[in-house]
Amino acid sequence: MKIKALSRPTASQQAPGTGVVRQPRNLDPNQHPFERAREYTRALNAVKLERLFAAPFLGQMGDGHVDGVYSMAKDPGSLERFASGSGDGVIKVWDLPTRGEVWNTQAHENIVKGMCWTPDRKLLSCASDRTVKLFDPYNSTSDSPPVATYLGQGAFNSISHHRDQPFFAVSSSQISIYDLSRPSSTPSQTLQWPTNVDTITSVAFNQTETSILASTGIDRSVIMYDLRTSSPLSKMTLRLASNAIAWNPMEAFNFAVANEDHNAYIFDMRKMDRALNVLKDHVAAVMDVEFSPTGEELVTASYDRTVRLWNRAQGHSRDIYHTKRMQRVFSARFTPDNNYILSGSDDGNVRLWRSHASDRSGIKSGRQRAKLEYDQALVKRYSHMPEIRRIKRQRHVPKPIMKAREIKREELMSLKRRQENVRKHTKQDALPKRRSEREKMILSKEQ
Amino acid sequence: MPDSAPTTAVAPAQRKENKRLAEAQEKYGRGKAIHTQGVRDKKLRRTLKAVEEKYQDAALKAKDAEILLEHDAGFIETEGELERTYKVRQDEIRENVGIETAKKGFELKLNDLGPYRLDYTRNGKDLLLAGRKGHVATMDWRAGKLGCELQLGETVRDAKWLHNNQYFAVAQKKYIYIYDHAGAEVHCLNRHLEPLFLDFLPYHFLLVGAQMSGHLKYTDTSTGQMVAELPTRQGAPTSLCQNPWNAIMHVGHQNGTVTLWSPNSQTALVKALVHRGPVRSMAIDRQGRYMVSTGQDMKMNVWDIRMFREVHSYSCYQPGASVSISDRNLTAVGWGTQVSVWRGLFDAALADQGKVQSPYLNWGGDGHRMESVRWCPFEDVLGVTHDQGFASILVPGAGEPNFDALEANPYENTKQRQEAEVRGLLHKLQPDMISLDPHFIGKLDTIRDKKNREEKDLDRRPEDPMEKLKNRGRGRNSALRKYLRKKGRRNVIDDKRIKAELLRKEHQSRARDRLQTEREELGPALGRFAKREV
Repeated sequence: MKIKALSRPTASQQAPGTGVVRQPRNLDPNQHPFERAREYTRALNAVKLERLFAAPFLGQMGDGHVDGVYSMAKDPGSLERFASGSGDGVIKVWDLPTRGEVWNTQAHENIVKGMCWTPDRKLLSCASDRTVKLFDPYNSTSDSPPVATYLGQGAFNSISHHRDQPFFAVSSSQISIYDLSRPSSTPSQTLQWPTNVDTITSVAFNQTETSILASTGIDRSVIMYDLRTSSPLSKMTLRLASNAIAWNPMEAFNFAVANEDHNAYIFDMRKMDRALNVLKDHVAAVMDVEFSPTGEELVTASYDRTVRLWNRAQGHSRDIYHTKRMQRVFSARFTPDNNYILSGSDDGNVRLWRSHASDRSGIKSGRQRAKLEYDQALVKRYSHMPEIRRIKRQRHVPKPIMKAREIKREELMSLKRRQENVRKHTKQDALPKRRSEREKMILSKEQ
Repeated sequence: MPDSAPTTAVAPAQRKENKRLAEAQEKYGRGKAIHTQGVRDKKLRRTLKAVEEKYQDAALKAKDAEILLEHDAGFIETEGELERTYKVRQDEIRENVGIETAKKGFELKLNDLGPYRLDYTRNGKDLLLAGRKGHVATMDWRAGKLGCELQLGETVRDAKWLHNNQYFAVAQKKYIYIYDHAGAEVHCLNRHLEPLFLDFLPYHFLLVGAQMSGHLKYTDTSTGQMVAELPTRQGAPTSLCQNPWNAIMHVGHQNGTVTLWSPNSQTALVKALVHRGPVRSMAIDRQGRYMVSTGQDMKMNVWDIRMFREVHSYSCYQPGASVSISDRNLTAVGWGTQVSVWRGLFDAALADQGKVQSPYLNWGGDGHRMESVRWCPFEDVLGVTHDQGFASILVPGAGEPNFDALEANPYENTKQRQEAEVRGLLHKLQPDMISLDPHFIGKLDTIRDKKNREEKDLDRRPEDPMEKLKNRGRGRNSALRKYLRKKGRRNVIDDKRIKAELLRKEHQSRARDRLQTEREELGPALGRFAKREV
C-alpha cells in the first residue's frame, strides 16, 4: 500500500530568519468563485474612485489679461510656451511649468483676433486694426517693437502659418497669403470663392497635406482651397455660421468645425455630403474647437461659459469644465503633451485644466500604475452596465446650463413633434426623405 | 497550415500545439469562443478577434503557470489485487506519512457537554467546537493552542466562523450571538429567534440563520442590517447548507424536500423531493455541480443540481447524520457510529460509468454516535465530532494542495489577515448579485435594447392588435365567427356588425331547432345521442 499525505513545511512559506512571506498563487477558476460579480464590484469601486479624484482645474496663468482673451496659440516646437491675445491688443507669452508670464507687448490697437507661431519660433498676430505683426518673444524683451508688420485692406480675423514654407494665410473678406521671406508688405496671393463677399472668420492650413487650406465664413460657408492651383476647391454651406475650424493632426483629411447652432461637426474633406460625427451638448454657440495631438479627442469652448471634452467617435461630451468665475469661453487648446487644456475666456483669465480630470502627474510606482491601468480596463469592460455608466457620466452642471438644456430639449421635442405630425398627414409619395442628423445641417455643396 | 483539407495529416508540432490549447481551454477557458468569421462589421470583427486572442493567451499563460504549483495531492494506492483502501487504519496512515503530518491526526475527549458541532475557518487554520450544552471553544488546531473557551450555560445548536478567525457566530437557545476571538460577546442578533442552523457567505458577508419557525434570515455582518427574511412555510428545517459556487442556500425539510433560496426572492427558487423522510444533511461541491444529501430514509443521494436529476443513490445501514465534500471532491458521511469517505462519486457521473461500489476510507465503529463531519480546507484532514468528543483524522488526497494566498491563506500572518479583511470588505458582493447563474452579471440586455430600437424608429408600422389574434377560436369555427372575432372594436356598433350578429343569432336558432327535431325523431331513449351543431 502506497500512502502519501499532503505536507507543507512552514519553512516553505517563510524561510527561517527572513521576514519575506511567500504568497503562492493558483489560477484554477474553482478557487476563485463569483469571478464576474467580484470583477464588477471592483469596476464599480474603480469608477467611483475615478469620480472621487476628479479635480480638473489646476489654476490660472499669471494674473491673466486686463481684457478678455480672444485668441491663443501654442508653440508647435515647445512644450512650455504659448501665447494669448486679449481684447485690448495686448499679447502675452506664458511659461507653462511655472504658470508665469515671460513676455508681453501692446501689439495692436484693437482685439487680437488671431495668432500663430512660425516654425522658427516667431509669433504672428493679426487684429481688426488691419495689421499683421511678427514678434520674436524668445529673443527680445517685453514691449519690444515687432520684427515686421504687414498691412491689409480689411480687418483681419484669423491667421495660419504653412507647415514648412515661409508664408502664412490671413483672412479678412478674402484670404491673403503673405510671404515671410519677402520684405514687401503686400500679399503674394489672394484666395476667394468667386461669389463670396462676407467676412471669413477662421482659416487653417492642413499640416499634412500642406497646401490645403480651409476656412469658415459668416456666410455660413466652409470652403477648401488648394494653394497649388491657387483656387478654391469646394464650398459647403451649413445651416448656421461656423466660428472655428481645426484639422485632425493624425487623420489629416478630417476636420472639425465649431458651429453657432451649439454643435461641433467633424467632416471628412473627401466626402462632405455628411458629417462623420455631430458633437451635441453645448447650450450656446461653440466658439472654438481643437483636436488633441493624438487626434482621438477634441476640446470645445463655448459661449455658455463651459469647456467640453469629447471623444472623436462619440456624440456626447465625456467631460464638462466650468468654474463660477469663468465667463464666455472664446478659445481652448490642448497642450502639445496631451495632458492639459488651456482655456481663454471673456473674464481675462487663461485657465489650465487637466485633460483627464482624475489623472495626477508626478512619478507613480509600478504597482500604482498597474493598478490604475487595471482599473481603467475594468471600467471599460463593464462600461455598458447602467450603474457604472451612471456614475461615470454624473457631473455637476451649473444651474443656468441645466435650465438651458431643459428648454432646448423641449424646443427640439416640439419641433420634432410638429414635423412628425406634418409627415403623418402628408401623402406618402409627397413625403420628403428623412435626413439623418449628420446631414441635416448641410444646406448645399458647390464644387 | 491555414487551408489544409481535413484529410491531410496535421504536422506533429501543430498537433501538439492544438492539444495544449485544448487542455488550457478546458481548465482555464471562459466558455465558448465567439465565431468571428461570421461577423460582418469589419471593425467589430477585428475587435472581437483581438478579444478572443487575449482570452486564449490568458488561458495558455494560466496553463503554463501550472509549473509553479509546488505541491502534489496525497493519495492511497493499492499495490495488489487483494488490497482495499477502506481497510487502511489511521495508525497505518500515521506510520506512513511524515511526523509533521502525522501530528495532524488527534483526538479530543469531551465527554460531558457534547455532542459537538464543528467548523473550520476559511483558510483551515482555526477550529471552532460548540457543545450542545453550552461549551464553545476555539483553537489553532495545528499548534494545539486554545483560542478562547466559553461556558454559555444554555443550549447551543450551531456555531460558525465569520470571514476570518476574529469573529464567530453561535446559535444559542433564543438568539444568535457573535463573539470575537477572545470570546467577548460583540453582538446579539435578536431578530434571529430560536436559530437551528447557521451558515456564512464569505464573499457577501451574509450570516444566514434557519429558525425553528421555518424562517431563513440573512444578516449582513459588515453593516448589521437584516437583508432578507424568507418564510419557508415547511416547519422547522432539518438541515442547511450553502452552494459555494453561487451562494444559494439549500434548506432541507421534514418532508424530504430541499428548497433553494436566494435573498432576492420571497419564494423558493427550486423545490426538489430528495428523500422519503426528513433530510438530515446536505453538502455541495465547490464547483456547485453536485449535491450529496442524507436522509432519515437511510439513503445517501447524489444529485446533479444543474439539471436537478438524481445521479446515484446509496443505502446506508443507519441514517447519515452529516455529510461533507472536500476540495478534491471526497465525500465524508457520518452515519451511526461510522464515518465513510467516498472518492470519485462525481467523476463516475461525469464519465457515465457505473457507480462507485465501495468507500475510499472507513473510520469509527467504536460505539460513538457521529454528530458532524467537516473537511479542513487545504489539508488532508477530516474533523469528526461524536458524542464523546472530537477526532481529527487523516484522509490522504482530500485537500487542495496548492492554495491561492490572495484568496485564503492557511499561513497568513496578522498583517496579511488584516489586509485581506479590508480587501474583502471593499469587494463585498451585494446580496442582489446572488442568483442561480453567478455569471449573469455584465450580460447584455438585448431584449430591452431591441425594444428601444423599435421605439426609436419613427417610420415603424403601428402595431395592429387584430393581427395578433389567433386565427382559430375555441369551438367550431366559421367565416362568420372569425369575422366577428377579428373585427375587433367590440363596443363599436355599425350596420355591418349588426347584420353579422343577426346572422349569427339566426344560425344558432336554426341549429337549435334542428337539434330539437332530431331529438323528437329519435325518441326519448336515443334522444341524448342527437348530434349537437353549434
